Amino acid sequence: MAEAVATRTSPLDGLIAGSVGVAIAQAAPAHRISLRVGADGIPALNKALGLDLPTEPKKSVTAKSGRMALWLGPDEWLVIDEKGDPMADVAGVDAFFSVVDVSHRNTAIKVAGRGARATLEAGCPQDVTDDAFPIGACSRTVMGKIEIVLMRTDANAYRIECWRSFAEYAFEFLSDAAHDCMA
Amino acid sequence: MLLIHCPYCGEDRPELEFRHAGEAHVVRPDPISEISDEEFEAYFFIRDNPKGLTYERWRHMHGCARFFNAVRDTVSDKFVTTYKAGNPKVEIERGEDGIARVKGDGQ
Repeated sequence: MAEAVATRTSPLDGLIAGSVGVAIAQAAPAHRISLRVGADGIPALNKALGLDLPTEPKKSVTAKSGRMALWLGPDEWLVIDEKGDPMADVAGVDAFFSVVDVSHRNTAIKVAGRGARATLEAGCPQDVTDDAFPIGACSRTVMGKIEIVLMRTDANAYRIECWRSFAEYAFEFLSDAAHDCMA
Repeated sequence: MLLIHCPYCGEDRPELEFRHAGEAHVVRPDPISEISDEEFEAYFFIRDNPKGLTYERWRHMHGCARFFNAVRDTVSDKFVTTYKAGNPKVEIERGEDGIARVKGDGQ
């Protein structure tokens, strides 16, 4: 009898898009947690996660390990880690907080290149100019018809986190926008 | 696009990130189990729907996800001010030029 093998697939496997000024590709698979905690519990979670959760709007923090913590709301963060599992790290923390593993709810698309901002601006109404959205800035916002979490990872590079079921829409939207990004 | 100031994010953000969430400063009667049907109707169903300045709850749905209160002019669709949920009602006055401002803010 044939042995059953379960293979994990990503919604955007193998897809690449872009134009002269921009490259669009899916980001590597990652662990993600949605974290809700009040001010009292932050120090204990900082210790467990190995980073300082940002407490100002639109700020993100990236630890040496590559683990990222994105401010989403006054008591809400999205933690992304391509290597270690943050869920395991916070499991035993003695504090009042709530955490949900959303690793498989989200997927991410990387948009990079001189035309990256213009590509993004095709569907994102937020001000993403340098003063309002510097490197490291992050925000939950909208793009086209869907909600995304946007993070600026470099001068010309953005990470777009969207729900897995919306990934194809997001990818197609960015692919179309890329055609005009250097206009 | 209309920009709305989110008091939690501390900046103006595009209206597409927001959702209207009904009238603000509606106080739940306590104890609600002892009020009459008429009082419940007034609390639960009856809203002011004024022409002019109105106090509303809004939610930064696709941003920080917080509810907050706003004062909006239903004629011009202009937001006069926004403030955090739980804060007391902000007093508004209309200047000689006809423009509504937070009381004490002057020009």
